Amino acid sequence: MVKALKACWVSNMNIEQIRNDFPTLHQEVFGHPLVYLDNAATTQKPQCVIDTVRHYYEKDNSNIHRGVHSLSERATKDYEAARETIRDFFNAKSAKEVIFTRGTTESINLVASSWGGANIGKDDEILITHMEHHSNIVPWQMLCERVGAKLKVIPMNEAGELDLAAYVELLNERTKLVGIVHMSNALGTINPIADMIKQAHQVGAKVLVDGAQAAAHIPTDIQALDIDFYATSAHKMYGPTGVGVLIAKEELLDAMPPYQGGGDMILMVTFEKTQYNALPHKFEAGTPNIAGVIGFGAAITYIQNIGFDAIMQREKELLNYATKKAQAFEGLKQIGTAKDKACVLSFVLDGVHPHDLGTILDREGVAIRAGHHCAMPVMQFYKVPATARASFSIYNTEAEVDALFDALTKARDMFA
Amino acid sequence: MFSLGDLYKEVIIDHTKAPRNFGKLEPCSHDAEGFNPLCGDQLHVYLQINDDNIIENVKFEGQGCSISTASASLMTQVLKGKSVDEFNALFGAFHDMATADMDAQPDEETLGKLAVLAGVKEFPSRIKCATLCWHTVKSAIEDAGQPARTE
Repeated sequence: MVKALKACWVSNMNIEQIRNDFPTLHQEVFGHPLVYLDNAATTQKPQCVIDTVRHYYEKDNSNIHRGVHSLSERATKDYEAARETIRDFFNAKSAKEVIFTRGTTESINLVASSWGGANIGKDDEILITHMEHHSNIVPWQMLCERVGAKLKVIPMNEAGELDLAAYVELLNERTKLVGIVHMSNALGTINPIADMIKQAHQVGAKVLVDGAQAAAHIPTDIQALDIDFYATSAHKMYGPTGVGVLIAKEELLDAMPPYQGGGDMILMVTFEKTQYNALPHKFEAGTPNIAGVIGFGAAITYIQNIGFDAIMQREKELLNYATKKAQAFEGLKQIGTAKDKACVLSFVLDGVHPHDLGTILDREGVAIRAGHHCAMPVMQFYKVPATARASFSIYNTEAEVDALFDALTKARDMFA
Repeated sequence: MFSLGDLYKEVIIDHTKAPRNFGKLEPCSHDAEGFNPLCGDQLHVYLQINDDNIIENVKFEGQGCSISTASASLMTQVLKGKSVDEFNALFGAFHDMATADMDAQPDEETLGKLAVLAGVKEFPSRIKCATLCWHTVKSAIEDAGQPARTE
């Protein structure tokens, strides 16, 4: 282990130091050191995020945007400071464009319901990719059923890469929205969103980018990419669960009807009529997840302190190391071999069902995901009911990848 | 503490590799599909039940993990020749076994060889794998017309 850790120095990044930031990592599971390789489901939280959430509840707990007392003022200041941190991180034009939600799923539902309901009609087309998470499929299906629009799918190849020629063919003047996952949670594929957004804009379509899987691993510049709607979740980027963000162009948000009605989203309410609040508050009805938002801000700062250069280099090394081992492992078939991919090793093993792998690996202290990864159409494409998925993060080590493959050997032997 | 060996007993591995009564039963009097949405397990059971309410034949097909496959395979062996009332008693006993307290002993007299699956109770995320086939037969017999779920 010591030897492996020494090898982990990358530029300004010390893996051992990073691991020490994450208390959850330092425990045993069934007598083995925890090897946490389920980062695509959710990442662990660094101490600074835990402390930030705790500080809010211990010192500043109060409601925001309404109290005139000190606690409320402090909480409001921290909440809005997190908004600015997130705006800066994704390079959104204005903090007014940054709407806090419960997560990526709610962000997409907000767009489908509010913008979609107002802008998508009968026989209009919504284009999504074959590798979308259910959260970027189902809200559009629901909208299509409601308004009579059509959902079309950009196909992919055996490697798990989008068929970009087919995409261009599918785009037409009826295409109102293109929904693209930035990085596939089931395959690890990084999609070429820059070109795809340009092409969508050429036919007048808006683009929603699902950044849930990508946001902690590759930088996203919303203005440079000219993204219309961007959705992501805090919990996959070292932040708390139950909080996420929708970032959308101000002119789009301005023209959209509110998603939910309630407190904080109003200027004036009478029984006859309600005047809505300005952005971003118009889309933040009710008391939000204040601690979660402030913790989200701390998580972003944590990522910024490490920096994407170091993160991407390190995660590439880990994925390459794991991929080589996977290629040499008898009976293992990788699902998702795109040229441009990150952090995800999805696979099936001859003779051992992924759920059995999940259970057997757990007894060795190795946490992976087994299942359809909320991307059933991807499973249907590869004609598998489920895959096993090891997903990596900045705090994982080569020694942990070794532990994964040692455990896989045990599983294979058990069913031999 | 239960070990992996308590779950993956030799009998279970054997039924996984060579499931008994696997395939479609034609003709059949009752059939139903079962899904475990969490894992993606899919199961289709077919039953031939005669006028005296005796299960004359039962088969299954589908995709699932070792536990769901072995459980279905063992279930079909046990159910052949049993009455619907006996199925209901077994359903209850199996369900109790899979969800019992850790130190509870399975009702081996009723369950017979099905008791080999008692280890699942130590693996909460796998209990539904073992019970899916039973829920599916129940829904086939009750002609629920809806796919069985373990939720």
